Amino acid sequence: MGLLYQIFIDPFVQMGTAPDLFVQTLWEGMVGGVLYALIALGFVLIFKASGVFNFAQGIMVVFAALTLVGLYNAGVPAFLALGLTIAVMFALAFTVERAVLRPLVNQPDIILFMATFGLTYFLIGFGQFVFGGEPKVMITEQLYLPKGTITYKALGGVISLQKLDIAAAVIASVMVAGLAVFFSKTRIGRALRAVADSHSAALSVGISLEQIWVIVWFAAGLVALVTGIMWGARSDVSFALDVIALKALPVLILGGLTSIPGAIVGGLIIGIGEKLWEFYWGPLIGGGTDSWFAFVLALVFLLFRPQGLFGERIIERV
Amino acid sequence: MFYREAGQFKTTYASDEAIFPILQDRIGILIILAVAFVVIPAFGNDFFINAVMTPFLIFSLASIGLNLLTGYTGLLSLGTGGFMGIGAYACYKLTTIFPDVNIIVWIIVSGFFSAAVGVLFGLPSLRIKGFYLAIATLAAQFFLEWCFIRIPWLYNYNVSAAIEVPQRELFGVIITGPRATAETRYLIVLTIVTVMTWVASNIVHGRIGRMWMAVRDMDIAAELMGIRLLPTKLLAFAVSSFYCGVAGALLVFLWYGGAESTVFSINESFTVLFMIIIGGLGSLLGSFLGAALIYILPIVLRFVPPELGIPLHAATVEHITFMITGALIVFFLIAEPAGLARLWQIGKQKLRVWPFPY
Amino acid sequence: MRAPGGPEVAVGDVLLAVENVSLSFGGVKAVSDVSFDIRKGEIRAIIGPNGAGKTSMLNVINGFYQPQQGRITFKGETHAKMRPHEAASGGIARTFQNVALFRGMTALDNIMAGRTLKMHSNFFWQLLRYGPAMREEVQHRRRVEEIIDFLKIQEIRRVPVGRLPYGLQKRVELGRALAMEPELLLLDEPMAGMNIEEKEDMSRFVLDVNDYYGTTIALIEHDMGVVMDLSDRVVVLDHGIKIADGTPEGVKGNQAVIDAYLGVAH
Repeated sequence: MGLLYQIFIDPFVQMGTAPDLFVQTLWEGMVGGVLYALIALGFVLIFKASGVFNFAQGIMVVFAALTLVGLYNAGVPAFLALGLTIAVMFALAFTVERAVLRPLVNQPDIILFMATFGLTYFLIGFGQFVFGGEPKVMITEQLYLPKGTITYKALGGVISLQKLDIAAAVIASVMVAGLAVFFSKTRIGRALRAVADSHSAALSVGISLEQIWVIVWFAAGLVALVTGIMWGARSDVSFALDVIALKALPVLILGGLTSIPGAIVGGLIIGIGEKLWEFYWGPLIGGGTDSWFAFVLALVFLLFRPQGLFGERIIERV
Repeated sequence: MFYREAGQFKTTYASDEAIFPILQDRIGILIILAVAFVVIPAFGNDFFINAVMTPFLIFSLASIGLNLLTGYTGLLSLGTGGFMGIGAYACYKLTTIFPDVNIIVWIIVSGFFSAAVGVLFGLPSLRIKGFYLAIATLAAQFFLEWCFIRIPWLYNYNVSAAIEVPQRELFGVIITGPRATAETRYLIVLTIVTVMTWVASNIVHGRIGRMWMAVRDMDIAAELMGIRLLPTKLLAFAVSSFYCGVAGALLVFLWYGGAESTVFSINESFTVLFMIIIGGLGSLLGSFLGAALIYILPIVLRFVPPELGIPLHAATVEHITFMITGALIVFFLIAEPAGLARLWQIGKQKLRVWPFPY
Repeated sequence: MRAPGGPEVAVGDVLLAVENVSLSFGGVKAVSDVSFDIRKGEIRAIIGPNGAGKTSMLNVINGFYQPQQGRITFKGETHAKMRPHEAASGGIARTFQNVALFRGMTALDNIMAGRTLKMHSNFFWQLLRYGPAMREEVQHRRRVEEIIDFLKIQEIRRVPVGRLPYGLQKRVELGRALAMEPELLLLDEPMAGMNIEEKEDMSRFVLDVNDYYGTTIALIEHDMGVVMDLSDRVVVLDHGIKIADGTPEGVKGNQAVIDAYLGVAH
């Protein structure tokens, strides 16, 4: 009886009696969710346009952040470093398209997926080789990102929001809105959607697959850079981020692989869900549950709706 | 010239169904076994046996396990590390609760625990396919990793959350624990791996192997032929996890001598997956070749450059290993998706007609 | 070759009947209220212009699609929906429009895979590949070799099917279906993409299967010459509706059929 109470009643009682803590947890979850969503966004971009599930998106985030910080630490002024990093991400997109995508263009999806595993490992090694493996500090001040916290007295207690997190949420929203507009309104965006639908049909109307892929991987690289900056600003820039980036996969399952709004919604659900779960139910089973909650949630979800919230139902034809 | 089938006619279906119908192949296998069982323990030094041969065999076994699931049945799994861990922890609990039972028995039994959990996490495969299934196996991996830390009963409430292997004997010879010799442990591992490889070979050449490959290649056609998908897939999960569980138990009991939860992390899952991608999906030989390449690569990198006068930090070796592994994966997927095993087959084809070009 | 078990159906009796079957996907109606029967021992052709619902009809018989309405009666038993496993174990085998062979396996293994339903040796013997498992393997290999001889594909038995030319792949696929010793064989455009010689060979095989093994055959085919030569009775579909049912000569002269093929609006 006591156990049932602990599982089904008590957490909600706690939420009610300390609403400031509840809102704080919600906020923390949302912030985490925004960052997951950003990573998922990179996946969606690449998947939408090339059908490739880019497992390396997580490491691209780390790599972008490392490059930025590494350049700065080598003496390059902050905004120049930023510009150079963007150039590096473009070079990366270009190289990946040449060295990985083009040779594998007709292979089944699972082969391309595994190729991105190889890419991930390569970038991990390369990043560590060039920049060293120790955690680094993100150059938040030099990029004029806000510091400090805003505290509210509300709901009987105190709620503190880091200004950086607010900035992150704003920047993410702007980026998502920009991408949505880009996809639906511009010529290149339309070409991207055409390529996502059918490579051969896109080719037949004269769209250059290679160009599109370079563009889209570059866009994903930019998203990765922004994500890397935001994430690196909250905690350090380290390779642990790569494992955290795996959490973007459940986000994609919830939101569907091809939907930008889905990535956002999915990210928020996962972020808030795992924080709430860990804070209110975690202590019952020993804590640390945020390492697996997202995945189990995605698994449960897959059992009932294999295509995700926003994805398309696949009808098999013989 | 040597490698010819000319003159080797099969007069019964039974002999044609043999796994090594060509005489030269059979001789080759016997030679390999002779080297493995006799030459290496007699002439190899402790370091070679303990740091190279024993782990190579253990990872080959894990690779076979994953290959059965991913290479033969087409179910991509990222939970290998977790399944290996179940085997290790199950063996630990069993031998600490029942210390008088032979440790080999417990090593094999712990495979069944892995198999059971494997079947549980394989249930979603009825509805989920391909890359989505891989995500589901990630759930298994992370959840199991969490269990290995947060369930103290598993490591007997040891303060450091690590397990230490107790000393066990077989026929009076010490085989586990710090006093067991490298040769003894190597021979035990070799025997178990040889037997299990033989069994795996039997399975994949028979009805079950065909069912698995049918499910992999075109599950709709397989279903319409009467192959029931869920039992077939669950069997694949069970057998695969069994192999990985035994490999995990061997890893801890006959090699490391102890373990903590980080030993069975997602990195293990990726390492074994890379072994079978490079070695060859759907090939038992490939499992061995891939394990050899991926496992021996960092060792080569650690020891060869200093011989050549190029000093390398240990950390740099690790970084370069990652880069080369990643590049190799991409290279193999482009050049030869069927991996080293296919290269081997092509080599054998050329050997067949040697010294003629075609 | 007769599949064991099940009620005895004499030659000429109805082996399979579909009644008022309707199938839709979302908003698209693939098959509307179609009824016809297939008699034991005959060769029944299902024809019609592209998109008529012929393959969907086969998929319903096979159990791959479940119809929203209608019933299927097979060997005297009526089902509202057929499940793939029921169809297969009841003795229905098929080939596919786009050669659904198992590409990672050799021709021999593909056909051996067709014997799966008949192989029962338990798991333990499979682990050892000895005793009952080996005996069963050899016994089924013998049967499969009979099929290989019948289809004249001896040379390619160890070739991975992905490397075979299209015509041979279709033959291997037929072999795999025959390995199930079906009572009813569904052939989905078995002659598609073949030249004249290959068509003649395949027609010969279809007739031999029907003559020698007594297998009832339902085939979807576009080549009118093949349909006229091979089939005993024909059913014609257009836009998911049955528009004719009868002997080849009778159907050939049917105005509705001619209109459907010429694309006359009706």
